[in-house]
Amino acid sequence: MQRIINFILRYRNAFLYGFLALIALVMTVRSHSYHQSRFFNSSRWLAGNVYGTGADISSYFGLREENRRLVEENEELRRLLFNAPDDSIQPLDSTLSVYQVLSAKLIKNSYSSPRNYLTINKGKNDGVKQDMGVITTKGILGIVENVSNNFATVQSILNTKSNINAKIKGTNYFGSFIWDAKDYTTAQLIDIPRLVPVVVGDTIVTGGMSSIFPENIPVGVIKKYDLNASQSFYNIEVELFNDMANIKNVYLIENKDKPEIQALESSTLNE
Amino acid sequence: MNSTVFINILRFVLLALTQVLVFNNLNFMGFINPMVYVIFFYWYPIKGNRALFMFTAFLLGLFIDIYSDTLALNALASITVAYARPALMRLCFGINYEFQNFNFKHTTTVQRITFLAFIVLLHHLIFFFFEILSLSHFLLILKKVFATGIVTLILCVLFSSLFSPKSE
Repeated sequence: MQRIINFILRYRNAFLYGFLALIALVMTVRSHSYHQSRFFNSSRWLAGNVYGTGADISSYFGLREENRRLVEENEELRRLLFNAPDDSIQPLDSTLSVYQVLSAKLIKNSYSSPRNYLTINKGKNDGVKQDMGVITTKGILGIVENVSNNFATVQSILNTKSNINAKIKGTNYFGSFIWDAKDYTTAQLIDIPRLVPVVVGDTIVTGGMSSIFPENIPVGVIKKYDLNASQSFYNIEVELFNDMANIKNVYLIENKDKPEIQALESSTLNE
Repeated sequence: MNSTVFINILRFVLLALTQVLVFNNLNFMGFINPMVYVIFFYWYPIKGNRALFMFTAFLLGLFIDIYSDTLALNALASITVAYARPALMRLCFGINYEFQNFNFKHTTTVQRITFLAFIVLLHHLIFFFFEILSLSHFLLILKKVFATGIVTLILCVLFSSLFSPKSE
């Protein structure tokens, strides 16, 4: 017994290292396979507040660029409004529309790691919920993953766990939109069947198959493509519309029909 | 002793904040975010309690993980560096390190830079390997380790000559 205790005392540092490494490994592997940890993420108030202060300071340097982008979007929306046929302008009743839109500001951006998470400055108190879609004026950005009272983290499309339904614009051939962690300006569209005519320069948009994003939100353009190992599906390289390194204002989309869709789907699976 | 504790707490907080607010947003050439906080393991007192050192390393790593949403990767790399530090020191400074009055002042610049380089290399290898955790991305891991490692090393050498501790 004495010798066992002596042995443990002698190698106590190695045991301590083993113990701490085990904790760290379990946390790492869990965050690879499951959702991001509920407790240790940057939407928690402490992390959110520090990033909020940092973003307040740095946002002054990008104001000119950001204003120009918002003005461009306003012009586009006004053009749509003025050219709309008269009968489409009906009294707006927000309870009737399926998609609800919120705006938010990005306070932490990240695009260089294989699993990128962004933090935004709106949370539960502003009506943000898990699994809302996040877009910018140019295209899709990600999906809300964790929500605290005043902040939320977003799983970026630049995340190896991300998998979004997308299709080639104007057709109904859809595939999975994923990222291979290599380059932050391009992502991949896979599972497009071989018989589909694919052309470099075609636009990729979100498909209507998920209850997170509305249909036809721009994603990117086809940069190049080739057949996968089994020669029956295309692997398409998509150049993203969003400059992922330079993002400030984002929009959150909530699908009001989502609980109903999910309830229906889960009851179908249970039968 | 008390001033040493105070200085290390101050370093802990300042290094963690600089890492999170400045160096994590650098994205030099699109992917290089130097992890300058590893200089904490170079500056930490040599004759300290090893268990306490490992706990501190774990906390520092976890703190940075929470802010960068990379759960426990920095913590894992940090405790490994903390655990391996005595071995690395013996490797770089030879038997001198065993003496009671060992001090960085008695070592050459080349020895100190080698020591720092080993710390950075070990930390980055573990960090980037577990970040991707797949051997099919082997070249990507190597590219990240070396590109980021070199920038981290340069910054750490600059930091260590700018804020050199007077008596440790």
